[in-house]
Amino acid sequence: MQATAQGTLTVLYFAWLRERVGVAEEQVAPPRDVTTVGALIAWLKVRSPGHEAALSGGKLVRCAVNQDFAGLDAAIAPGDEVAFFPPVTGG
Amino acid sequence: MATIRVQTADFDLGAETRALTAGRTDIGAIASFLGTVRDTAGGRTITSMTLEHYPGMTERAMARIATEAEARWPLQGCTLIHRVGTLLPGENIVLVLAASPHRQAALDATGFLIDWLKTKAPFWKKEAFVDGGDGWVAAKDEDEAAAERWIQASR
Repeated sequence: MQATAQGTLTVLYFAWLRERVGVAEEQVAPPRDVTTVGALIAWLKVRSPGHEAALSGGKLVRCAVNQDFAGLDAAIAPGDEVAFFPPVTGG
Repeated sequence: MATIRVQTADFDLGAETRALTAGRTDIGAIASFLGTVRDTAGGRTITSMTLEHYPGMTERAMARIATEAEARWPLQGCTLIHRVGTLLPGENIVLVLAASPHRQAALDATGFLIDWLKTKAPFWKKEAFVDGGDGWVAAKDEDEAAAERWIQASR
């Protein structure tokens, strides 16, 4: 994982979420009360219309925290790497 | 024990099989799954398929899937290779090999490995169509069901 400034999260986007947000990666510093994936999604959505479009996919938005699949109630902390992506389609 | 690679380059089934079995005479069965790019999707002709992945997490997820297979079957080795980048119809996408003393374990482990690879490793496919459009492939319920049957089988 990349080094991050104190209090910041690294957020990654993949596939159509990346296309809608317009960046593959960003550093963000949400307020202290953003402590779960679900709260982070709500906070990210108001950053731009692209974020709103990407993160409003409901069950089509999946998440990983520090490279492990995670649900909406998963805890997040400063320094974490949080990724958002659609259901996987490899193989 | 498992060989795990994510790469843009092509791979060779014969070479990978020889690498898996090199110097061993205790293997009785090697099963394989080779996935290739089909030239149609939903009735439309595709010109290419582009695979994106999550570097780091992908390799971790693949290693975890291989470890699970090794815990379930008496494997003497397995190989998981997945290509990324833009691929043309007919090209190789994914290779799974499983080696065991007996065929059933090798065959079952190979089925398990590809079913879980499709649903539990962070890869995404985008298809480009001959009519100029493109689109991300949607996850299929039947793939999830195929992965799920191995969870039920272990209980």
